[in-house]
Amino acid sequence: MSRWRTAAGGRVDRAHPLAFRFDGTRYEGLAGDTLASALLANGVHLVGRSFKYHRPRGIVTAGAEEPSALVTVRRDAARVTPDLRATQVELYEGLEAQSLNRWPSLARDVGRINDWLSPLFPAGFYYKTFMWPKSAWKSLYEPVIRHAAGLGVAPSEPDPDRYAQCYAHCDVLVVGAGPAGLAAALAAADQGARVMICDEQNEFGGSLLADRHATIDGTDAATWVGRAVAELAAHPRVVCLPRTTAFGYFPHNLIGLAERLTDHLAAPAPHAARERLWQVRARSVVIAAGSVERPLVFPGNDRPGVMLAGAARTYLNRYGVRVGDRVVLVTATDAGYEAAIDLRDAGVEVAGIADLRPTANGEWPAAARAAGIEVSESATVLGTSGNLRVAGITIAQTTASGAGGARRSLACDAVLMSGGYTPSVHLFSQSRGKLRWSDAHQAFLPERSAERERSAGACRGVYDLAEAIADGLQAGADAAPSRTASARRIAATSARSTDGGHLGAVPLASEASQKSFVDWQHDVTIKDLAIATREGFRSIEHVKRFTTTGMATDQGKTSNLNALAIVARAIDAPIPRVGLTTFRMPYTPTSFGTFAGPSRGDLFDPIRRTPIHEWAAAAGAVFEDVGMWKRARYFPEHGEDMHAAVARECRAVRSACGLFDASTLGKIEIVGPGAAEFLERLYVNSWANLGVGRCRYGILCREDGFITDDGVIARLAADRFHVTTTTGGAPRVLAMMEDYRQTEWPDLEVWLTSTTEQWAVIAVQGPKARDVLRECVEGIDLESAALPHMSVAAARICGVEGLVMRVSFTGELGYELNVPADYGLGVWKAVHAAGAGHGITCYGTETMHVLRAEKGYIIVGQDTDGTVTPDDAGLSWAVGRKKPDFVGRRSLQRQSMQAPDRKQLVGLRPRDGRTLLDEGAQVAEQPNQRPPMRLVGHVTSSYQSAVLGAPIALAMIAGGRARLGQTLVVPMPGGDVAVEVVSPVFYDPKGERINA
Amino acid sequence: MRETAVRNVPDLPASDWMRPLPPATRVAFQGGPAARAAAAQAFPLPDAQAVCRARRDGDRAGLWLGPDECLLIAPATTAAGALLGALRSAIGATAHSLVDVSHRQVGIEVRGPHAERLLNGACPLDLSLDRFPVDMCTRTVFAKAEIVLWRTDEQQFRVEVWRSFAPYTAALLQEIARDYVG
Amino acid sequence: MLLIPCPHCGERPEIEFTYGGEAHLVRPADPSTLDDAAWADYLYMRSNTKGVHAERWRHARGCGRFFNALRDTTTDQFLASYRIGEPKPAIPTGDPR
Repeated sequence: MSRWRTAAGGRVDRAHPLAFRFDGTRYEGLAGDTLASALLANGVHLVGRSFKYHRPRGIVTAGAEEPSALVTVRRDAARVTPDLRATQVELYEGLEAQSLNRWPSLARDVGRINDWLSPLFPAGFYYKTFMWPKSAWKSLYEPVIRHAAGLGVAPSEPDPDRYAQCYAHCDVLVVGAGPAGLAAALAAADQGARVMICDEQNEFGGSLLADRHATIDGTDAATWVGRAVAELAAHPRVVCLPRTTAFGYFPHNLIGLAERLTDHLAAPAPHAARERLWQVRARSVVIAAGSVERPLVFPGNDRPGVMLAGAARTYLNRYGVRVGDRVVLVTATDAGYEAAIDLRDAGVEVAGIADLRPTANGEWPAAARAAGIEVSESATVLGTSGNLRVAGITIAQTTASGAGGARRSLACDAVLMSGGYTPSVHLFSQSRGKLRWSDAHQAFLPERSAERERSAGACRGVYDLAEAIADGLQAGADAAPSRTASARRIAATSARSTDGGHLGAVPLASEASQKSFVDWQHDVTIKDLAIATREGFRSIEHVKRFTTTGMATDQGKTSNLNALAIVARAIDAPIPRVGLTTFRMPYTPTSFGTFAGPSRGDLFDPIRRTPIHEWAAAAGAVFEDVGMWKRARYFPEHGEDMHAAVARECRAVRSACGLFDASTLGKIEIVGPGAAEFLERLYVNSWANLGVGRCRYGILCREDGFITDDGVIARLAADRFHVTTTTGGAPRVLAMMEDYRQTEWPDLEVWLTSTTEQWAVIAVQGPKARDVLRECVEGIDLESAALPHMSVAAARICGVEGLVMRVSFTGELGYELNVPADYGLGVWKAVHAAGAGHGITCYGTETMHVLRAEKGYIIVGQDTDGTVTPDDAGLSWAVGRKKPDFVGRRSLQRQSMQAPDRKQLVGLRPRDGRTLLDEGAQVAEQPNQRPPMRLVGHVTSSYQSAVLGAPIALAMIAGGRARLGQTLVVPMPGGDVAVEVVSPVFYDPKGERINA
Repeated sequence: MRETAVRNVPDLPASDWMRPLPPATRVAFQGGPAARAAAAQAFPLPDAQAVCRARRDGDRAGLWLGPDECLLIAPATTAAGALLGALRSAIGATAHSLVDVSHRQVGIEVRGPHAERLLNGACPLDLSLDRFPVDMCTRTVFAKAEIVLWRTDEQQFRVEVWRSFAPYTAALLQEIARDYVG
Repeated sequence: MLLIPCPHCGERPEIEFTYGGEAHLVRPADPSTLDDAAWADYLYMRSNTKGVHAERWRHARGCGRFFNALRDTTTDQFLASYRIGEPKPAIPTGDPR
């Protein structure tokens, strides 16, 4: 056992030593240690180099507020976690940790030169220095700065761990399991409430885990904590979550908790989740987040070995670790004395106590004096000495004039500092509660809640143990739904005094040559804050951004109030007027993996597959993503590339027959006596005159007159329509329809049902389509006289009841077979088999696109972009002229919507007959223009047409329909391409094939 | 003419705590109180006021999904056409909508002592028994899938999900279950 | 994530809902009688309220119904929710919590 480890006491298990490595050196700690306590037990205080000046840094605190001791913990190449606070890393056998921001080693770091050069790097330095030349920023300054400054390095490999997530609900969520939190949870549970209590530490108890002097319910603090935790754990309606940080407070009492499940284990089960995100919806929240001890801002306060007095007490009483052999206490509180006396009782020499206060007369100072420790009042610190660890401190007495009186240098290997307590109001502030400045507490305290929430204990300035427990009991009882008073009484006495405190720099600090640090992690000193105020910054929000104080990963938990006080003093304003920066989630850094949870890889998004997907995959189809859907894009054969496969598929459809899976088409069944009128009001077309058994191509505009969707609509009965939408538009169209149905026209008796997934849709297209269907379809006459283009009939399809729609998106004789989805695959196979003798060929979405473009059929979202009217798209024939109203009609009446120079859909054919235009390319009137060019439109679709043996394109061109025959140019990477403006219908303009 | 096409249901995993339910006949009913009352003569349907409640009669159940909307579930042995016919004759001339959605979605049963927790892995509702009692049902979300969730017993839920979202739903349930049922 | 009171289903989490913008904007019975300015006003102009705002929500992944709600845009607290067609309630006073 090392000489810094006490012989007994604390919550570490002396029977379970654990070996670990820090920067490659092997050390031994104990089960129950944190990395910080284990390092201190080995006499290691130097644990890192600072962000900007590369100064040696040590361990300042014993908790989540740690601003200095950041480390990287490495399990393997992919499991590397940078920037962990050593004070929160639980020790396990074999733990491997590394310090940050040093090269080549922690003790010999060449970056330390920044500290000697520090007069060159004051606040605002980056903003002012690296301005010239502009081009050097990206290539020179930024890379160099990034290398020299900064914290840990993110792992380069994908995170192999699993992360879990869950939702939970409770009546009362208690955040923090210190004395107030435990009392609140007990009181709420007494009322029968559903309670959840979480604490970021590995065990419940908070400050009680390091308290030697308190008595609760007639026993010592540790015993009482044990009893309270056992009672809560046994309660059926209480959920206890240790190692769980409440990192965010979201509206309406949704609290985000990050539970660490395996980081403390030497050998986690191979597939165990590493962390779990809890999204807890609490009826009421009790925040019992405690408080954070404030450092004192004095010259040389960042040397390793300088730490908070309460931290030293925690290391001693909880972890059995003496932080040094000879310590000096610098304090403005009585609480600091408690640490000094606890250390003295453990055999540590206390070389002296420097109290900033003019008089120190309380019980604790008296005890210190009685123990023979020299106490200096009205003291200040002039500086510290030591290279990689503090070796001495110079203190002086301030006189009435403020000048330094007699100075004394004390040799020591640790300095304890105690500037008072800052209530942890982070979560309260996140909940949008209002804070107020308390002169009595010299702190911001919760004033008015915005949610059903209540702070209890030290986080609202109630520091006394008995009062904090009573406050917790009250808060817990109030938070329970029954709201009856708690019968529970918990008697507590504590020796702790929280009298005193100090904000801002110690006297004379600004005159010292050594730096006085306010923000350890971002290397912000009192000088930087002075520069900011000299530059004219008055609001703390501005000072913060100029100096970056409080903007490091600790969010200024130990520094914000000191910074505020220093700025307030510099500009001679009261603290509340300087303001308080906003507290943002997360309270402590939270893994991305926790937020992502299982939403990775195949579970990132649903992957929607049609009933025919498996068959297509087995047939070698290449798929593309269309929204969440996987759609077969083409079916390559014998090593074909896409171009060859698509050309073959296109020829097959034009010459024989193609088979296409159109199941992803959106489908909505519109039913009710008001169905026709509903469509009449919604779509631009006329519907009242559509006969039962007939189909019509419908266009849907938004109220602004622009096309938002299109599709074929079939009338199945007088009061029943089968509406199809684009694949991507289905949910949007249904939502828009519901909006009009429910809110604008509630008088119409009509209802909407999504049937997208009820039906598998199999398109059979091509001159042989009817021949194929004759072998598959029973019960209807397929001839054109009985079932003409744009008609629909119920039929038995391969023995299954379904709908045969005679529709075509190819320009060929075509049918779309709708069968109940479970039969989709079976029918597909049967049709495929039936078509074998007719040259049936499967085709994918790419071929579908080519074929429809040859016919000038638009795809909404490709050829339209939300600024295209039906007339722009050449679809004015579809608009019901006699209709008094439809959605978008009034907008279409605006003059500008009818201007002749609006962009209109046309076809383009390259004059050279071979250049495939780029989709999205711009179109100009004159070749060889210099920018800015005059542009008249853009290419929306472009394909190689197999049937025409030439490339074709659709484009939106200003006044396009009046330009037929004109030559325009399309600037392409290889040079201008001359194109002829033609009709968008490239193939079979008379539509003879479709009606065959 | 060729033989009748084979029926294929989505291939979903089964285990002690999750199983895909056999195909069912499903009808989406929408209509006002009068139509609902009339339809209730032919099929167990909850009253419009029975918010988020299912009414069961043997192996048939009507689920309240909205003030004018119900999901009817019957065994696949009841042909959709026959059920629709019976409902139509019960409702008569009162305006309503009935749509066969038997194939639109699939049922997944989640059961056992962890059922609540497994579902709460991705469903944001309070599923404790007193807040979500037996025969409560509602449309909700399961991560990025929309589902209908129906508590069929204290430790048993039926999830109805559109068929293309079913593999995702089942896979996500399995992923969540790794932390509870091994 | 807000907790939104659906007038049919009670309080439910925000992810079940879609937002529908300002409430009580009635589509003109005969838009063709409006001049361009009046039509543009209907289409585009919104009150952008700071404070209590009457707005539309749809419990899309729930009962499917649109409804109106009064929400304080400065605090996100819902003061009331009511069915389509029902009049906008008087703004309740007192602490919504």
